[in-house]
Order: sequence, then C-alpha cells, then structure tokens
Amino acid sequence: MAVKVRIPTPLQRLTQGKEEVEGVPGTVIALVNNLEKHYPGIAERISEGGKIRRFVNIYLNEEDIRFLKAEETVVKDGDEVSIVPAIAGGVFTVNSVSLQCH
Amino acid sequence: MGYVRGLKCRECGREYPVDPIYVCEFCFGPLEAVYDYKKIKRVMTRKAIEKREKNLWRYKELLPVDGEPQAGLQSGFTPLIRADNLAKEIGLKELYIKDDTVVHPTLSFKDRVVAVALTKAKEFGFDTVACASTGNLAHSVSAHGAKAGFKRFVFIPASLEPSKIVACLVYEPNLVAVDGNYDEVNRLCSEIANKYEWAFVNINIRPFYAEGSKTQGFEIIEQLGWEAPDNVVVPCASGSLLTKIWKSFKEFKEIGILKRLETKVFAAQATGCSPIVVAIKEGSDVIRPVKPNTIAKSLAIGNPADGFYAAQVVRETGGYGEDVSDEEIIKAIKLLARTEGIFAETAGGVTLAATIKLVDSGRIKRDESTVICVTGNGLKTQEALSGHTSSPHYIKPNLASFEEVLKKIGGS
Repeated sequence: MAVKVRIPTPLQRLTQGKEEVEGVPGTVIALVNNLEKHYPGIAERISEGGKIRRFVNIYLNEEDIRFLKAEETVVKDGDEVSIVPAIAGGVFTVNSVSLQCH
Repeated sequence: MGYVRGLKCRECGREYPVDPIYVCEFCFGPLEAVYDYKKIKRVMTRKAIEKREKNLWRYKELLPVDGEPQAGLQSGFTPLIRADNLAKEIGLKELYIKDDTVVHPTLSFKDRVVAVALTKAKEFGFDTVACASTGNLAHSVSAHGAKAGFKRFVFIPASLEPSKIVACLVYEPNLVAVDGNYDEVNRLCSEIANKYEWAFVNINIRPFYAEGSKTQGFEIIEQLGWEAPDNVVVPCASGSLLTKIWKSFKEFKEIGILKRLETKVFAAQATGCSPIVVAIKEGSDVIRPVKPNTIAKSLAIGNPADGFYAAQVVRETGGYGEDVSDEEIIKAIKLLARTEGIFAETAGGVTLAATIKLVDSGRIKRDESTVICVTGNGLKTQEALSGHTSSPHYIKPNLASFEEVLKKIGGS
C-alpha cells in the first residue's frame, strides 16, 4: 500500500490528467521530489529550494502540514496527501479551512 | 492612457499582460500591477494633483486603469483629522485619524477599492459584477454597481444580520443568501467565478481592486502637507490594506513627491483572529491559519491572503503588531466617539485599542506623529455595542421631571 496523493486541476497536465497518483512514504519534501521522477516538472511547481511554495497548501489526511512538521512531516503507507493551491485573495477548497476574499 | 506595464507574480516574478487574472499559473502566487514610474514622474506632481477634484481619482496615474474613471467619482478624499482630544487621553503629542467612516457612498474604505475594480471591469467589457461579502464590500458593490449600470450578484451567508441585508437590498442587486458560513460562500464563489464571465471584484479583478487601497495612503501624505507620518497603524483582515498603504508611500517617494520616508507601519488585529500579529510577534515567516472568534467581523479572516506580505512590511519598516480583546475594542470605539466625535465600526476599535497598547509598550513613541486608519462606519455594526452604552434618561413630559434628572446628572 502506498501513499495516495491528490493532484489539483492546474497540475494534472503534468500527471497525464490523473487526479490521484501514488507517492512514496517518507517526509513530505521527499515525497514531492520523488513525484518529480514520474512526473517531470511537478516538483518546481510545488516547492522551491526544499521548501513548499508559500501559495501551495499540503494536507496530510486533511490536516494542514503547517500545523504538523511542515516539509519534514512524515507520511506513512496508507496516508492521504492533498496538494491544494491557495488561490491568492480567492478561495481554496479543502474542508474546514479556506482563504477568504473579504 | 494608463501607466500599467503589466501584471507580475509577487512570488516568482513571472510577468503577465493586463487581463482579468489573479494567480500566477506557475507558482500560484498573487499577481500585482506594475507601473512605469519614469513616465508617471513626468506628469504627476504635487501641483498637478492639487488642482484636481477632491476624490480618489486625483491619483489616477498610480491606479491601474487606462481611461477615465467610470465608478466612484465622489469616493475618497476623506478627512484627516488632528485628534488632539484623543491624543491627550492616550498620551501622544501628534495624532491623526484618517476617517474613512465617511467614504462616499457606503461609508467604508471598500468604496475606494470597488471604485477602481468597477472602472477596470468596464474597461475589460464585463456587464456583471459580483462579490462574496459579509458587509462592507456587499454594500459597496451594490451601490457603485447600481450607479455604473452593472448587473450585480452579491453573495452573503444567509445568517447575515437583517440590517446589513436591508443595506444591500435597497440598491436592488441580485442578493444571493447562501445556506452556509462565510467560508462556504467563498468556496462557491470561486466555482462561480470559474464558470461565469463575471467581474468578481475580489477574485478575478483582485490585482486591480486591491490597488484602490493605495488612495488612502496617498491622501494621508497629501493631507499632512506632503509628508509621511512617523507611524501609521492599520487594521488587518487579509493584510492587503496595510501592504497597499506602504506601497503608496513608497510610490510617492519613487516619483519624487515625497522627500523623506521613514514611516513605521503597525498592524492591528483582534485577539480572536490575529494570525498576522502572531507571526509578527513570533518573528515567524509562516502565517498559521486560525478559526476566527471576534466581534470585529469585518477583520475576521482566519487565513489572510496577504498576511505574509503584511508581516514583511511591518518588519521591514521597524513597526510591530498588536492584538486586542473584544472588551478593549468596545472601550476604544467609545473612547473615539467620546473624544473625537467619530463613530467607528469594530475594526476602528481594533485599530485604536492596538494603538493604545503600542504607545503604552513604547513601540510608538509619544513625541512622534501617528496616523490611525479608521476604515468603516459604526452605524453599520451597532449591535456590537448593545448593552455596552449607557441608557437614556427617561422622563415625563414636564419641566419638573426634567429638572429631577438634571439634578441627578449634576448639571443644574
């Protein structure tokens, strides 16, 4: 059993249209770097210099990794990771947290 | 002819043409208008500005529109009030209130941003404008949109107070009350914005809309006799206003209108929703989202879009941030009304209460000039004060009854 990774629409071009791909267990940043092997170009969209980009949110089993150990959060087999762009000034679309555009 | 060269991603610097877009396709960062300051410098002088009409369009070269203004022709240029009574009370030498409780037509600084957003929406050729809001923005889009001849869709949470609903409906927009909380309204709006070709002022028009906030800063400089204050205290919701006020000061410096700029910028939030101030106090780069719980509803954004940039401005300028309780907010609203005759909405209470804390802690020096930005009118959020004011003196319709009360008051 691997890690389920949900890909947002704007990045699905890089995953041959797949909404969900498989990732390897380990830290979040290692997972992102590993995705790059199968889906070239995806890592630089999500991260820069080993850090997740400021306007990309990553959820581990629906918890924002900023509330866990950020890039160093450990992902296990069977976990679910969601990558969600925080649309500036607009909205993003995961459960209880949302960016407001008041 | 306008002076905007294009849009640029604040994160990765990628450039885009002037279009109704708001997110960098590459890194999802926010887009911002970029101006040709060299050209602006040649035409925008103190003298040129002073000859113009007293509204926010007197700074039009530094606003992201190409042609003549098409909305909010009377918006902006609100009073900058020397607040000596209040200054004495809180121990400051030179204090000013930038009074946006009286922006035309809907009494909050949102009339500034919407004026710019709707002018841009006309230039893009939209016939429908829209927004998601819990108050001030809804009022402003409804009113400005009516005058400018747009079809209007305004989305609110169904639980909004009746008085705020009436203040929208009177302008006859399509008011859509969503069975859900504000977050859910927003989420829905982003889906609608993707599907319908409407100008959502705070979604796809945001890079232009947000620039309207700069006019508050331009006015402060002009009204101080073309000088920058030592300190400015700004309430933070998304953090956009704070970053734009600082941008306005820097732009005036850039084009030579302002000679000296050493202003410290301070952020004010309610303790029940203070992700930006927490980051400032912790010296952290990360804005941790919170679930808001405060009477300052117009500032209750738990995951502020421009929070990172606002905290950066505060750090860069040597300012600080302060957060205040609901009780302190109410006390400050009453203090401002009692000393200066200005009735601010809850956000104004937040800003004043935070200022008092910043003065007491020595972050704001007592002998320096300070401007407090008050961004909305208290008549809109009267319920926040219910039970916190004194009662009227009830009397019978005769002189004796009045004089009895007068004796109690001690006025005879």
